[in-house]
Amino acid sequence: MLRLIKYTKPYIWLILAAIVLLFIMANADLALPDYLSQIVNVGIQHNGIDDVIPQAIRVKQLNRMVLLFSSDEQNLVNQAYQLIEDTDDDALLIQYPALAEEPIYLFKELSTYDHDQLEPIMARGLITILIVEQFQDNPEGAEDLLAQLPFDPSQLPPGMDLFSLLEIAPAAQKDQINTQIREQFEVMPQTLTEQLATAAIQREYEALGVNIGQIQTNYILRTGGMMILISLVAGITSISVSFLAARTSAGVARDIREDVFTKVESFSSQEFNNFSTASLITRATNDVTQVQQVTFMIIRMAFFAPILGIGGVIRAVDKSPNMWWIIALAVALLLLLIFFAFMAAMPKFKIIQKLIDRLNLVTRENLSGMMVIRAFNKQNFEEARFDRANRELADVGLFINRVMALVMPALMLIMNGLSILIIWVGADQIAQSTLQVGDMMAFLQYSMQIMFAFMMLSMLFIFLPRAFVSGDRIAEVLETENIITDPQEPKTFSEPFSGKIEFKDVYFRYPDAEEDVLENITFTVLPGQTTAIIGSTGCGKSTVVNLIPRFFDVSRGVVLVDDVDVREVSQCELRDKIGYIPQRGILFTGTVESNLRFADQEARDETLHEALEIAQASEFVYANPEGIQAEISQGGTNVSGGQKQRLSIARALVKQPPIFIFDDSFSALDFKTDAALRRAIKERTGQSTVLMVTQRVATVKTADQIIVLDNGKIVGKGTHRELMETCQTYQEIATSQLSKEELA
Amino acid sequence: MSENNQNNTKNEKRPESKPPVRFGRGGPHAMMRGEKARDFKGTFKRLIQYLGKYNLLITFVLTLAAASTVFAIFGPKILGRATTLLFEGVVAQISGLGSGIDFPSVGAILVQVAILYVISAFLNFLQGYIMSGISMDITYRFRQDIAAKINRLPLQYFDKISQGEVLSRVTNDVDTVSQTLNQSLSQIITSTTSVIGILIMMFSISWTMTLIALITVPLSMIVINLIVRTSQKYFMQQQEYLGHVNGHVEEMFGGHIVIKAFNAEGESVNTFNQLNATLYSSAWISQFLSTLMMPIMRLISNLGYVAVSILGGYLAIQGSISVGDIQAFIQYVRSFNEPLMQIANISNILQQTAAAAERVFEFLNEPEEVTETANPVKLKRVAGRVEFRNVRFGYNPDEVVIKDFSFKAEPGEKIAIVGPTGAGKTTLVKLLMRFYDVDGGAILVDGHNIQNLTRVDLRQLFAMVLQDTWLFNGTIAENICYGCDGADQEQIIQAASAAHVNHFIRTMPGGYDMVLNEDASNISAGQKQLLTIARAVVGDPPMLILDEATSSVDTRTEVLIQQAMDRLMHGRTSFIIAHRLSTIRNADLILVMRDGDIVEQGSHEDLLAQNGFYAELYYSQFEIQPA
Repeated sequence: MLRLIKYTKPYIWLILAAIVLLFIMANADLALPDYLSQIVNVGIQHNGIDDVIPQAIRVKQLNRMVLLFSSDEQNLVNQAYQLIEDTDDDALLIQYPALAEEPIYLFKELSTYDHDQLEPIMARGLITILIVEQFQDNPEGAEDLLAQLPFDPSQLPPGMDLFSLLEIAPAAQKDQINTQIREQFEVMPQTLTEQLATAAIQREYEALGVNIGQIQTNYILRTGGMMILISLVAGITSISVSFLAARTSAGVARDIREDVFTKVESFSSQEFNNFSTASLITRATNDVTQVQQVTFMIIRMAFFAPILGIGGVIRAVDKSPNMWWIIALAVALLLLLIFFAFMAAMPKFKIIQKLIDRLNLVTRENLSGMMVIRAFNKQNFEEARFDRANRELADVGLFINRVMALVMPALMLIMNGLSILIIWVGADQIAQSTLQVGDMMAFLQYSMQIMFAFMMLSMLFIFLPRAFVSGDRIAEVLETENIITDPQEPKTFSEPFSGKIEFKDVYFRYPDAEEDVLENITFTVLPGQTTAIIGSTGCGKSTVVNLIPRFFDVSRGVVLVDDVDVREVSQCELRDKIGYIPQRGILFTGTVESNLRFADQEARDETLHEALEIAQASEFVYANPEGIQAEISQGGTNVSGGQKQRLSIARALVKQPPIFIFDDSFSALDFKTDAALRRAIKERTGQSTVLMVTQRVATVKTADQIIVLDNGKIVGKGTHRELMETCQTYQEIATSQLSKEELA
Repeated sequence: MSENNQNNTKNEKRPESKPPVRFGRGGPHAMMRGEKARDFKGTFKRLIQYLGKYNLLITFVLTLAAASTVFAIFGPKILGRATTLLFEGVVAQISGLGSGIDFPSVGAILVQVAILYVISAFLNFLQGYIMSGISMDITYRFRQDIAAKINRLPLQYFDKISQGEVLSRVTNDVDTVSQTLNQSLSQIITSTTSVIGILIMMFSISWTMTLIALITVPLSMIVINLIVRTSQKYFMQQQEYLGHVNGHVEEMFGGHIVIKAFNAEGESVNTFNQLNATLYSSAWISQFLSTLMMPIMRLISNLGYVAVSILGGYLAIQGSISVGDIQAFIQYVRSFNEPLMQIANISNILQQTAAAAERVFEFLNEPEEVTETANPVKLKRVAGRVEFRNVRFGYNPDEVVIKDFSFKAEPGEKIAIVGPTGAGKTTLVKLLMRFYDVDGGAILVDGHNIQNLTRVDLRQLFAMVLQDTWLFNGTIAENICYGCDGADQEQIIQAASAAHVNHFIRTMPGGYDMVLNEDASNISAGQKQLLTIARAVVGDPPMLILDEATSSVDTRTEVLIQQAMDRLMHGRTSFIIAHRLSTIRNADLILVMRDGDIVEQGSHEDLLAQNGFYAELYYSQFEIQPA
């Protein structure tokens, strides 16, 4: 797969954009629980009060607080608040009804720096007042809170509180008390400070007559608005990522497909043999589609999972640094579970495909061998054979299904156990005021998102390697070096072209094969003559003629056409001179005419008719009312084998080349048609050189020259009569086909 | 593309065989399949019948599934109570009104929930465990029944159905049913239970919040519907263009040699690039649309989440719900969509299952071969006299292949049947072996109508060598002794020697134990043919049928086979179908067939002397015009 990475280059910007969007998307996704936590913490618990600095405060309260502050601190406070007395401002009166009774301080805008400076000061003041007042209201209930102060107010004289003490205390004692309080506050957990301060502010607002419900509702609506915005951002980015990923993956697939196709079209028969046609088709079609899916998944998921996972961890740790181990534990359990399930099921997964193939094979054999099976009365044997395959498949399938039956509930249990553990540990931290309830709820959701990310990743780890195989199969094709190439400076054939073919000491051997297919082949085909090559199956007849149009190249020796080595002219010019008719009649989708014109777009209609005539095809072509406009379906399945052969002969005739090569092209024709066809070719294309490969003695009897091949060697050369006397192999072939009288 | 090549392609692209385990049937196209059973109710009745003893167990398992779901559904609500306790504890602590968090209660709740979850997981596992056992057993039974059925169906049946179709029933259709049993059935139950349970839980928390959350349901349905409809259009288009591209690839690669010979590479690449560009234009849209479902569903689900958060916050301030309720509610909302989508897909799944099951049952219901005669004749010694008496036969009632066919063969005679393709030569053999039964007239062996014999007995009388050299994926020895049960090694070697194939077998790796691969492509066509001859020899039956047994080999190998067959024919009544007339010159009787009738009969010399159809056929081979 990595070998195809260069195909992503044109789309690098799309991919980068997708990654950026994925970052935004992951963050948006992760932000939502955070806002929920704010709704719970601030909106519900703190009544929407999201600051430890009150917007307004009664003069008497502030004056009491100031007693706790140093002179620097007092200055800051004085800067921050503005005194309001006897105002006519109705808006203010509505907001703070207490203003009618007494003067209040209103908070002014401060710089961020000053704001940050003021926060701990005000928190200290507010909380101290809160504790003191609560003790006065309810001495028993305030015990927990009192622990936060450095002294025990119950030891003060009756009627005195901390503030009245501070008012009358000498400067030295006052400083000492204030330092103690300050130290105490420095070690107080931030969460608790906030909680207590907002509680104090709430109390103060109540005293001021402020409508707290309104504040709360506003806060929730504001936060909710943000959440909607963020959801939309997440949705839009997610859709955009899909868009980018779709464009990229379809584009990559298109580019790869084009390159594979172009590459394969440049292959010679040699490469086709190495890969096999079926395999090349799969590589150019299914494998490319597979790569498209994988590319999409990588962009969509493989990039997203780590971003989401890492982002989740960062946020979760930020919410509660002490609980990271819970997530680590859950993730470890998850990975362990997946690992073990994978280890248990994977080997079975590997064999299950084999077992399915086996079942299919046995079924197919049962279907294709039906006559034989019944003729031999072997139904029971076959059923037993099927039963074995079926049993094995069922057993392995059962094992895998049972592993899966274990994995899903175990997975759910881990997730649910995680929630329970978080609440248990969280409860403790909440009690110690190091965690707020809303934060714990957010933590719960982060942990789920992290688990989700890890699950996604492990699925990818299982799935991707298998998908990568397709990529490698494609890369193999693309990286194949063409065996047959045009020369740097091609020669050209001299005019006029005569059509002479000469083999000189030709050897041919497939790469990696141990033996030569052809050995020491030497013969000459004179212009205008008919030469036939005969021999039994696998003797190398076809290989000989395939060397002429350079479908293969010789291993040793040389093939000359018109006295020029075929490797020294361009393949295009060489093949232009040759009309090649393969054994299997290959036709393409279209019409009879489009197939004939494949040889020559500009051919005149008379040429087409004549070609059909010679090829003995006009009878069946014109028997069809559509004539040469008749449709040919893909693979030519709507015409018979013999008709296909005749049409492909006609196609080569349209080309009117100086050399004809018939590679066993008459095999599907009956003897009558075969004979008529050869007679017609002889009459009409007298000038052309003809080379034909065949197994039929009857077909070669009239040839000017017959070459007899056996096991890749020439064992006889001459006319029918000569060979009948000199060549034993030829005699064997001939007598096996014809009787003595017929051979005469 | 030639036949040869098509076979290759077929080999690599097997009928899509999916492993029996898949992770659900989801995916963007899950809702696109529109397969329907013709008789939905009847098929399910039949399926329930087929499940037989398992029905009770399945009901039990489904109860387990439902119980497991119910237990799991209680989780969030109870867990929410723990959160509420925490929250209230903290608030009380701060406002100085309480003694802080009530740890014992929180602990008790958590233990309670943990127990619920463990029970739920266990029940879930149990149901999966039992269900996979049931579904695998049913799958196994289905396949076994189909395989047995294949052997009991009349050959006639396979004239109208392709191999691929039968194969697809054995694998894909059975798989579909199996998967429904294994996953979908319990999924249907759990989804339904989930949806109902979650609804109850949500309503118990707050009906206003539930209504708000439910608004997202029709919204998602509409959106899904819209996306599916649009994306389906583009998906089909993409498939069509992909088909064009792949078709072009197949055609061009298949005819590569012609492309090269005619210098047509450039043109081919041009055509391809056009098709490829067209494909791209619809491929990315299709890919985009088909994957749009996830993000949009997520968006809608997120909006539902936000709505619940806002409303929940507001209600919590009002004091009508607790913080833990919000938490629980959010969990419910999050887990509501999935079972809902599954429910929406139920009818599809059931339809698919019914369609698949219907095809399987249809196959299992096909009428089988006509039962044997009640009192079959047992022949002790068979001389091999065969007579066709006014035989009439057609593959279809309205298309008679054999019109009125009569002839007699004396024991030990060699009968050749010749004639052009489609004249009905092979049909005669099929009738003789009772692969098909005659429509009129009778076939007699030693004077007995073959319909009075059992098929097993009848077929035992014949050795058969066919043009199609069928061998199975086993060892050479197993293939040779196919015709006889438990032939010993010596008999096998004798048969192989008689077929001139002993030497060849000994040169192969493993010798007689060499395993023939699929399609027996690790030995040549001629050798395969010789093996089928050896196979025929082992049984030593009184009669022999050779149907174009040498057409696929070259003439020199043919001589070898011919010799083997001549030895085989000695002393047996033999029927030879051949298209190379040179091989049957010495037959005792040559039957010349044309269009289902015997047009001429006699010895080679007689027939040539008649100077009729046979003479014409014969001479056409040699370009010698009849005198």
